[in-house]
Amino acid sequence: MRYLPHTEEEIKEMLAATGQHSLEDLFTHIPDDLRYQGDMDVPGPLSEWDLTTHLEELGRSMFTGSSRAVLVGAGSYHHHVPEIVRSLSGRAEFLTSYTPYQPEMAQGTLQGIFEFQTLTARLLGTEVANASMYDGASALAEALLMTLRIGKKKRTVAISSAVHPHYREVVRTYLEPGPFEIVELGYGDDGRTDLSLLSEIDDLAGVALQSPNFFGVIEDQDTAAELVHNLGALYVACFSEPLTFGLFKNPGSSGADIVCGEGQSFGMAQSYGGAGLGMFGCKQKFVRSMPGRVVGQTVDKDGKRGYVLTLSTREQHIRREKATSNICSNQGLCAMTAAMQMATLGHTGMRQLAKLNYDKAAYLRNGLLEAGGSQLFSGPVFNEFAVKFEKEFTPVRERLLDKGIVAGLPLAPYYPDLGNAFLFCATETVSKALIDELLEEVRR
Amino acid sequence: MTHGPGTNGLILEEPLLWEKGKAGRMAYSMPSSDVPEETLDENLLGDGPDFPDLGELDVVRHYTRLSQWNFGIDTGMYPLGSCTMKYNPKINEKMAATPGLASAHPLLDADLSQGILKLQYELQHYLAVVTGMDAVSLQPSAGAQGELTAMLMFAAYFRKRNEHRTKILIPDTAHGTNPASAALCGFTSIPIASGPHGVLDPAAVRELMDEETVGIMVTNPNTLGLFEEHIKEITDIVHQRGGLVYGDGANMNAIMGIVDVKRCGIDAVHLNLHKTFSTPHGGGGPGSGPICVTAELEPYLPVPLVVKTESGYQLETDFPDSIGRVHAFFGNVSVLIRAYSYILSMGADNLKKASELAVLNGAYVKARLMDTFELAYDRPCMHECVFSDARQLPFKISTLDMAKRLIDHGYHPPTIYFPLVVPGAIMVEPTETECKSDLDTFIEVFKTIAQEAEKDGDRLREAPVISKVRRLDETLAARKPCLTG
Repeated sequence: MRYLPHTEEEIKEMLAATGQHSLEDLFTHIPDDLRYQGDMDVPGPLSEWDLTTHLEELGRSMFTGSSRAVLVGAGSYHHHVPEIVRSLSGRAEFLTSYTPYQPEMAQGTLQGIFEFQTLTARLLGTEVANASMYDGASALAEALLMTLRIGKKKRTVAISSAVHPHYREVVRTYLEPGPFEIVELGYGDDGRTDLSLLSEIDDLAGVALQSPNFFGVIEDQDTAAELVHNLGALYVACFSEPLTFGLFKNPGSSGADIVCGEGQSFGMAQSYGGAGLGMFGCKQKFVRSMPGRVVGQTVDKDGKRGYVLTLSTREQHIRREKATSNICSNQGLCAMTAAMQMATLGHTGMRQLAKLNYDKAAYLRNGLLEAGGSQLFSGPVFNEFAVKFEKEFTPVRERLLDKGIVAGLPLAPYYPDLGNAFLFCATETVSKALIDELLEEVRR
Repeated sequence: MTHGPGTNGLILEEPLLWEKGKAGRMAYSMPSSDVPEETLDENLLGDGPDFPDLGELDVVRHYTRLSQWNFGIDTGMYPLGSCTMKYNPKINEKMAATPGLASAHPLLDADLSQGILKLQYELQHYLAVVTGMDAVSLQPSAGAQGELTAMLMFAAYFRKRNEHRTKILIPDTAHGTNPASAALCGFTSIPIASGPHGVLDPAAVRELMDEETVGIMVTNPNTLGLFEEHIKEITDIVHQRGGLVYGDGANMNAIMGIVDVKRCGIDAVHLNLHKTFSTPHGGGGPGSGPICVTAELEPYLPVPLVVKTESGYQLETDFPDSIGRVHAFFGNVSVLIRAYSYILSMGADNLKKASELAVLNGAYVKARLMDTFELAYDRPCMHECVFSDARQLPFKISTLDMAKRLIDHGYHPPTIYFPLVVPGAIMVEPTETECKSDLDTFIEVFKTIAQEAEKDGDRLREAPVISKVRRLDETLAARKPCLTG
């Protein structure tokens, strides 16, 4: 096996140095009744050629490929990954290094993550940002736990039911064993969160909205933040499509205390939902309650600028059970990739790409409305939106599937009340020709 | 005097991203629009992020230079104890990028996603086989999230049985993530000291384990590189008192095909695919921390699980006792693809051989260095061994100094000052992918450093000198945090 370099002769020499006669001798102190019985029932070994053939076969059974289009977002977005981002993020020096515990030989990772934190903070409008969380869902769960830590004796958090249903499930999983209560907030005809009952909730530590929310609707975050602050709670702004902030106001400027979400849109393949990127930023005054690793700037012995992991007294390896989070490995390379994508776009590119997404989605939306659909919600949107249909839409969707197009995500499995409504997404990767093809089928 | 591969190289300075560029440049290949412009609500508009505008070559040089300041497994030996820095096969990168898999949307119907579901189903099975456990969830994104998942399952298990248990036993050799994960579930950590031989004493467990205690979290082999020989007796005690046993599988690389985790009496064990199963660590993730459990705990696993039915592979969410989701979708699937590819490339015999050679390499380093450095416990070690600086301290040379000197020789230092029970710990885990001749050079270099410690101490105290930066002021970084530029 090419990954195992030992020759028989070397094994003999090494065993002799350890005073043993066989490899089996190395394990004589392990009690017999704990030993693995027989051989492991695992196939292989496969050659590179056979492995590639096998994986290609698995890939072919998927509904993907250049001749197909998936007009669904809902937390996972089909964006073009620039070749420089793919190529640079695959550099082995980034890929095959560990968490930067020895900063002198990890300045590449450390400066790269410092830059990621900076670009993230600028994007989200927060004063600080961490080195990443696992994904948007666990980032939101950790954000709400953070509001409970800061709120000391407060025990309740509120979360909009227009937050991604899976994110809410993860929040419930994380908060379940604690003495906490989660209140869900409804939404109105505009698809925005209904905040009217908020003041009736006691003991409120934090309130979380997502914008654009699961329906693609952009929330009124200025009003939400003000209301939440008047109640003495922290406002948590979540997102699943960070490209939004290339065009729309960022949550920090609306007064959000914590901003968190999913960063997959920035250079990561969709890869069936992972590996993505949890992005997390907050106000400076809360930094010592923030979960996750952070990189800070410092100087070396000669006074030269350099970077280290810092504020580790919040973390599990120092604080153990008193840590702000149990997180250790996060999504380092994904954070680096996101920084590369943000650098590749720059201010100018972020603006243009966001506008292009906005226009593509608007073209699809306007077309669907003309073709017999009607808008489910009246609120403003970015690159995702919900449409309902008078007639049963499923047969149309089936026909489109045969043409290689997934026309939206049915909302009923997530929101049974919403009936014949579908969530569509169009990014820069969707051509006008494809949208026209879809609309023609809808009109038929 | 032996020298490692470390030498001066041509390293180029590179400013921060926003210290370069010029407004109006762009490295992105922007498509021209083929649709009409839509009007915008001015009240919602922002200014756009304050990012620098860079050209394509600006970005390429920036990250190429940064990468050259980094040390990875592809650069050289990385004997970082408990982190299993084995070679990350190149073919696995290509497999993870298989077009049909890499571009898959996670919310499409199962009949449109059979390939990736089959892969996950088979990987669940292979990991069950390797550990000896009954059921597996691939959802946790890293080892610590796997631990948290197990603790949430333990909490749900006792809730279901109307038992109120609030404490959990954690050995003093455990990773810090263990108590932190337990704390997230409201469990109070009860530290339990390892016995005089570096392994747990069943009597200590018997004394502490009661009806208010959830159970115990055990790393086996432990972080001293020693196999917990009394593990069965310990797990029996915990089970007799109604508790559960959590296994931290960080050190699984020592025991594949050799130890049956379930036979040890473990109820739930997490695996680090970015350690044992060769997926790259990426400078801090993405990892993957699947959780493998007994049939008794299976109902509590996170949903969805991938199941095989007559009509193909399906996602099953109908487990009323499940703790729920721990990830928005299915975990770090691209990492799962790499681990799956590794397992198939290796096959059963080579996986076992990998563990045997990992232990051989650990034992060989121990045997060759134990005359030079103080061995924490002179017992048969597994895949890693722990020394200390006890023999160098009289010369005012610490573990940190020796670790930094290794950098000048072109090695990544071992894990240092962990586990906490060994003052000045030096934890060496070579992994099976290092060959004998490279180990021999490393050993000779480390011996040279020990000689320098006695005769030329300043060389160590000043080290490293050939790296991009020298020792960094960590106190300043923490006291005056500068987290953004």
